[in-house]
Amino acid sequence: MSAPNASGWKPGIPTAGDTPAGPATATGNRALMLEEPLIFELAGNDTTGVDMPEPDNAAPNRLGGRERSAPIGLPGLSEPETVRHYTRLSRQNYAIDLGLFPLGSCTMKHNPRLNEKVARMPGFLDCHPLTPTQSAQGALEVIHQLGEWLKTLTGMPAVAMSPKAGAHGELCGILAIRAALEARGDARKVILCPESAHGTNPATAAFAGYEVEDIPANANGRVDLAALEARLGPDVAGVMITNPNTCGLFEPDFRKIADAVHAAGGFVYCDGANFNAIVGRVRPGDLGVDAMHINLHKTFSTPHGGGGPGSGPVVFSEALAPYAPLPFVEQLGDGSFHLVEEETAGEHHAKSFGRMTAFNGQMGMFTRALTYILSHGADGLRQVAEDAVLNANYVLRSLEDVLHAPFAHSGPCMHEALFGDKNFTGGLSTLDLAKGLIDEGYHPMTMYFPLVVHGAMLVEPTETESKAALDQFIMALRSVAERANAGDPTLKTAPHFAPRRRLDETQAARKPLLAWSDPALV
Amino acid sequence: MRYLPLTDTDRTEMLARIGAPDVDALFVDVPEVARLDGPIHGLPMHASEMAVEQHMRRLSDKNLAAGDAAFFLGAGAYRHHVPASVDHIIQRGEFLTAYTPYQPEIAQGTLQMLFEFQSQVARLYGCAVANASMYDGSTACWEAISMAGRVTRKSRAVLADGLHPHYVSVVDTMAKFTGDTILSATPKLDAGCDEDALIAQIDDQTSCVVVQYPDILGRLPDLAKIAEVAQAKGALLIAVNTEPVALGAIASPGELGADIVVGEGQALGVGLQFGGPYLGLFAVRNPKHVRQMPGRLCGETVDAEGKRGFVLTLSTREQHIRREKATSNICTNSGLCALAFSVHMTLLGEKGLRALAMENHRLACLAADRLATVPGVTVINDSYFNEFTVTLGTDARDVVRKLSDDGVLAGVSLGRLYPDADGLANGLLVAVTETTSEDDIEMLASALEEALGVEVSA
Amino acid sequence: MARYFTEDHEWIDVDGDTATVGITDYAQGQLGDIVFVELPDAGAKVAKGKDAAVVESVKAASDVYAPITGEVTEGNPALEDDPALVNSDPEDGGWFFKLTIADTGELDGLMDEAAYKSFCDGL
Repeated sequence: MSAPNASGWKPGIPTAGDTPAGPATATGNRALMLEEPLIFELAGNDTTGVDMPEPDNAAPNRLGGRERSAPIGLPGLSEPETVRHYTRLSRQNYAIDLGLFPLGSCTMKHNPRLNEKVARMPGFLDCHPLTPTQSAQGALEVIHQLGEWLKTLTGMPAVAMSPKAGAHGELCGILAIRAALEARGDARKVILCPESAHGTNPATAAFAGYEVEDIPANANGRVDLAALEARLGPDVAGVMITNPNTCGLFEPDFRKIADAVHAAGGFVYCDGANFNAIVGRVRPGDLGVDAMHINLHKTFSTPHGGGGPGSGPVVFSEALAPYAPLPFVEQLGDGSFHLVEEETAGEHHAKSFGRMTAFNGQMGMFTRALTYILSHGADGLRQVAEDAVLNANYVLRSLEDVLHAPFAHSGPCMHEALFGDKNFTGGLSTLDLAKGLIDEGYHPMTMYFPLVVHGAMLVEPTETESKAALDQFIMALRSVAERANAGDPTLKTAPHFAPRRRLDETQAARKPLLAWSDPALV
Repeated sequence: MRYLPLTDTDRTEMLARIGAPDVDALFVDVPEVARLDGPIHGLPMHASEMAVEQHMRRLSDKNLAAGDAAFFLGAGAYRHHVPASVDHIIQRGEFLTAYTPYQPEIAQGTLQMLFEFQSQVARLYGCAVANASMYDGSTACWEAISMAGRVTRKSRAVLADGLHPHYVSVVDTMAKFTGDTILSATPKLDAGCDEDALIAQIDDQTSCVVVQYPDILGRLPDLAKIAEVAQAKGALLIAVNTEPVALGAIASPGELGADIVVGEGQALGVGLQFGGPYLGLFAVRNPKHVRQMPGRLCGETVDAEGKRGFVLTLSTREQHIRREKATSNICTNSGLCALAFSVHMTLLGEKGLRALAMENHRLACLAADRLATVPGVTVINDSYFNEFTVTLGTDARDVVRKLSDDGVLAGVSLGRLYPDADGLANGLLVAVTETTSEDDIEMLASALEEALGVEVSA
Repeated sequence: MARYFTEDHEWIDVDGDTATVGITDYAQGQLGDIVFVELPDAGAKVAKGKDAAVVESVKAASDVYAPITGEVTEGNPALEDDPALVNSDPEDGGWFFKLTIADTGELDGLMDEAAYKSFCDGL
């Protein structure tokens, strides 16, 4: 009798030879890879997954003649059909729960499940934003406590909690800068952004009415201090600088930059998207920052949810604090918490630039982020930054011999490792490598960003990966990189094993089909 | 630390591979003065899962949950029953812990869901195209005004007096910086909306007219009448809806002629959550306006084998490509809330949504009739869906606070929403949904009887 | 009728004081599959070297500059339904817009076909 698994095979070991395609199937399914129709193809308009009383035609009608007469065209499914539909769809997604998700700048770290449990506690989930404040003391305390700790962690004296996401936080910061400048009668017109900036930075500055000018980078991937100083003047409202920057590097001259901007009468906005690299080790307030948003969905691990929701609280310096938006939470002398809204803002917060959103910000994210901070504590958060940076440097040094690493010569990286496409041959591109990585069971890294490196690949492993997981990823990426360097044409047609092959994005954009329409009616 | 897999042995081995003596050497670029030499002061040390849960439970228990009270709050956030399967599905890791679907081959789940969501929203709103969501209704409202400016190349927006005052505040805040002209007014406690007064403000320089439907007082304005005049003057009609369940009972804004329809989708699937995260909905009636829309759009296409698939498309409108020329700076949206909305809507279907809407309306009529019998209470509206306005003959803020102590969350006082409008101080918005029982209505009525009786005798 | 080229890869056909503008075959090759073209409205004033149109591929949007100052008389209606014309027929059927020239003197600095070809060869 032979021993079971005499081959010694285990997951992570390749099988020999090409994978056979196998015969066609009648359904188009491939075992666990299940195709799923649209709800519009599955369902009619008379099925429902809820039990409601039959409408009573004799009941009073006070709709004032606005009754709907035409059908809406909404398909309905019973509960079992609904659960199956979405479960099948879910299996066509990559996710952190499935594996390492190395999207640079996006910080795809494990989302602790305690945070989900807490966010669903009835006092938080089932609490109305306009409930009398005496019935929401716990909710206000969460906002206040989280705000206090964000101030502690950043070394900044004030915080605005209402911005809904990172870009909304940027807008909050830039509007505060503009309000502060206008208050002193200063109509500066220009915001400076490095070429490597996130696209949201110039978009935000433009949205707030500013002209945007680029600041060049130096050969080490940092802001060119001399060029910046030369550009400063009475027309510059401020700078927007990401630190650590989008090349995954700390800006060692940040304090000098801030001092120069302040001397020229401008303000310093720091894009805090990469705060996770320094949380608990460096306080941006010590570097001369006037405003910085914090993506709770990055540094403090609230789930990305397939594209949101996010949350983007903004910390402020003393100079900008009076201009912070409404509403915000204050603790009163008796220990209770008070929500400062338009009703009470007039006297003490008259300089506030206004309101950015209908209600109080992303409470569901605040409870998760506060839970995350309590779980980690001061010691754990420091370890978060250290492990994130350690993991990224481990990836950088394990792959710099096969992948072009443009700034590796300048020293360690922070939380993400940046590579370029210089070594690829055979007309292969970063996109091809990324699609090859999909076949190896990984979500690709951030591609073609930042713009300052040709064919950029930005790899952010995060601190929640084990060494074994990193080693497996490095092995896979090394293999795909070697194929790209050798010009392997099979990468051009990758992925081969995903639920879909490459999708025709040109057709999608030329002839946009953005909503379902019944083919029988077209 | 339970969330950090590296062991000290791992760290030592990894530092050796990197060639760094210790982890401090990796932070060499940080100026010495900015480095903290130990755990930051002012924060506790790490804590066990059990300890943290207990702490957060204590904070949660300090709130009066809507489900523990007779509950009548609305004004842009509505409490509806969310089927258990909605929360189950949004907690599947493949949805919860996925990123924006930039790699479509391994994100078809999110993408197909978004395509279905966009289709559901477009149908509900009577529009051609909806986007993949915005932050919330208020920010979607501003984005619509901004878009109307791009489409018409004009910058004078006329807001109906029934637009949610917090939405007006958001619009005013943004317009201060963009230089748009915003005309707004405080509502009057009339039974119906004054469309003629609104129409009189529309001129040739008007980019858009913004009308909430149902409005902040629960009334149902005549969108078709406003649309006709607005469009004749070259302006767009923007309809704002904060209660999507209403659209199971009343005609969609698109079919009444609205050009852009935006709203708050929180009422379906998302929950109250003290104000966020919520779900901004955004749709346009004319497909030619799509290229001026903000936010992500998911579109249908085929893969290299000819199979149907979905991708994010028309991305050149967006910040990550267009940078300072983008239609909006929005990046992260409300993807998971869109999923919750879509699952809830799928469970309802046409039949369920209509039945849900009629049940809301039935109970609201019941509540209005009962409250009308309370001495001192006057029902203002002659038409409404599931929310209406009453006056109490005394400052409603005080009454709301007093009733809250007795476990009755009576509604939203107009004094809180319009602190500067003395004429509205006695007004109270009362929202009634399928979660409101007839006992709850009786509790509110008797609590008001008692409170107002005391006021009268005092 | 004479054809001129710019260093930004636009071509311009001049016929008296009217002209037709498009992007070159080299430019469309660099941009890849064109999915949308945003054209100026008739009556729009464009200035030499300033934004006049936008051409979009899936992942990029590029400004097209006016080779010369003038007033737009018409955009190419065929591009609305079939932006791929810019790829398949860039220097004829895929034209962008026609304009009335304000100052023919501005043509002096532009390249002829031979000069443009050697300019591209040097890129």
